Amino acid sequence: MTGQEPDRGILATGTPPTRAEVCAVACAEAWRGDGEILASPIGVIPSIGARLARATFAPDLLLTDGEALLAAGTWAIGARPDQIEGWLPYRAIFDLIYNGQRHAMMVPSQIDRYGNVNISAIGEFARPKAALLGVRGAPGNTVNHPVSYWVPRHTPRAFVPAVDMVSGVGYDRAAASGPSAQRYHELRRVVSSLGVFDFATPDHRMRLVSVHPGVSAAEVAAATGFDLMVPERVPQTRLPSAAELDLIRTVIDPDGARNAEVPA
Amino acid sequence: MSQKLMTAAEVVAGLRSGMRIGIGGWGSRRKPMALIRALCRSDLTDLDVVSYGGPDVGLLLAAGKVRSLTYGFVSLDSIPLEPHFRAARQAGGLKVAEYDEGMLQWGLYAAACRLPFLPTRAGLGSDVLAVNPGLKTITSPYADGEEFVAVPALHLDAALVHASRADARGNAQFLGPDPYFDDLFCMAAERAYVSCERVVPTAELSAAPVQTVRIQRWMVAGVVEAPHGAHFTSCDPDYGRDEEFQREYAVAAGDMAAWERFRARYLDQDEAGYQAAVAARRAQGAR
Repeated sequence: MTGQEPDRGILATGTPPTRAEVCAVACAEAWRGDGEILASPIGVIPSIGARLARATFAPDLLLTDGEALLAAGTWAIGARPDQIEGWLPYRAIFDLIYNGQRHAMMVPSQIDRYGNVNISAIGEFARPKAALLGVRGAPGNTVNHPVSYWVPRHTPRAFVPAVDMVSGVGYDRAAASGPSAQRYHELRRVVSSLGVFDFATPDHRMRLVSVHPGVSAAEVAAATGFDLMVPERVPQTRLPSAAELDLIRTVIDPDGARNAEVPA
Repeated sequence: MSQKLMTAAEVVAGLRSGMRIGIGGWGSRRKPMALIRALCRSDLTDLDVVSYGGPDVGLLLAAGKVRSLTYGFVSLDSIPLEPHFRAARQAGGLKVAEYDEGMLQWGLYAAACRLPFLPTRAGLGSDVLAVNPGLKTITSPYADGEEFVAVPALHLDAALVHASRADARGNAQFLGPDPYFDDLFCMAAERAYVSCERVVPTAELSAAPVQTVRIQRWMVAGVVEAPHGAHFTSCDPDYGRDEEFQREYAVAAGDMAAWERFRARYLDQDEAGYQAAVAARRAQGAR
């Protein structure tokens, strides 16, 4: 079940959208309706998504230049923004995190059915098979403000039954920890190279929301290392509009950095 | 009037094996690398290092100086994973306290404010509590009754930070976009040492807006003039990260023989020798 056929009207206007472009729009959708908060995308595709969201349906979002400045306007991946609207050094970001006015999209190395994620270490923590970055801000982010995830390569090694080191807190762990961890905990969506997912099930298990064009629900299930909740009807991820494609291709990512993160 | 100008060697001479040393900067950004290189050349050992880690941590690990490490991450930014850190973690035996980034700030802030701990939501529900069994939680004494992580104060024996400018008395200025947590490192430490691109007369600190003078002399025990002293990390606006050199560092770190060559070429000499080797490398590349 791959949902409806692609919109022929869009395809007629130019080159069909690539998988990377579908993913970027799916990431942009994570910030729809967020209002005047800081969108913090990690990685190329989420960065394209956040800038696209602000340039179109989420104009009130705040974005940083990736360093310590809040940037206005829309600028290209790899370029410097030309309008600065504020100063946001790391210390002020931490304050903002505790204030809750942020929605980050991070890139986990492992994610499980309840949305626990690992960016710290693969294998035993005391002597990991692979040492990764460290937990960074994932513990604090996940218990203070909405968080979404982007997984550029959807494989059973990324979507695992249990993560090796809980860096970002999932629904089961937040519940087990108690009201203080749950109070501001909210995982919005997961976008992968194959589809879109959320946790809108009675026990907050991950659910398949949509599959990208050309992907079947069975393929997604096979690439997932746990029992994914798969509804009877799975729609197709919405395609970029002609205007969105134009923005991505000519303004936000003219050099095609997106294609290195999600090959065609 | 106290005169605080000193050399990197004099800073290192004031440190002892086993000390807890905090290092300013963030990832591969404005790290006090000249002081770190001096530390690597010393006979100090068994250090307990606290850092938003980058190649500072990598170099100290490679030189065998680290007994234990408190960090939120160790990364080279443009190269996500720090190779020496990876190798040390994967070999086992390195004592680590891996914290959420904000917990690390809270630990430094608690020490700076002479408090035993500060409460935070960060860490709840995560394995940070599992891998740091010494961390405790505390229940709010007020009506909410919420439970929080009590981040213990991270008292430092010494702090090492790198600034853009400083005067001889220890007022230090950041001309880049982010002060990071350097003033907290200084305030959490018994003795703080600031290296800087240039020592200037106090009057010259007012050339930029005064709020860039983030570190005040009461926080500082010593000032070292170290031009290019953050190399190969960034020190905006004086210079950006030396990405090519960082790549050479990262590649060399992945191979024992290559690392020996890297060390012989750049590290087994004083700071002037290091900077000369870097300049020679650049001249070679330009040809």
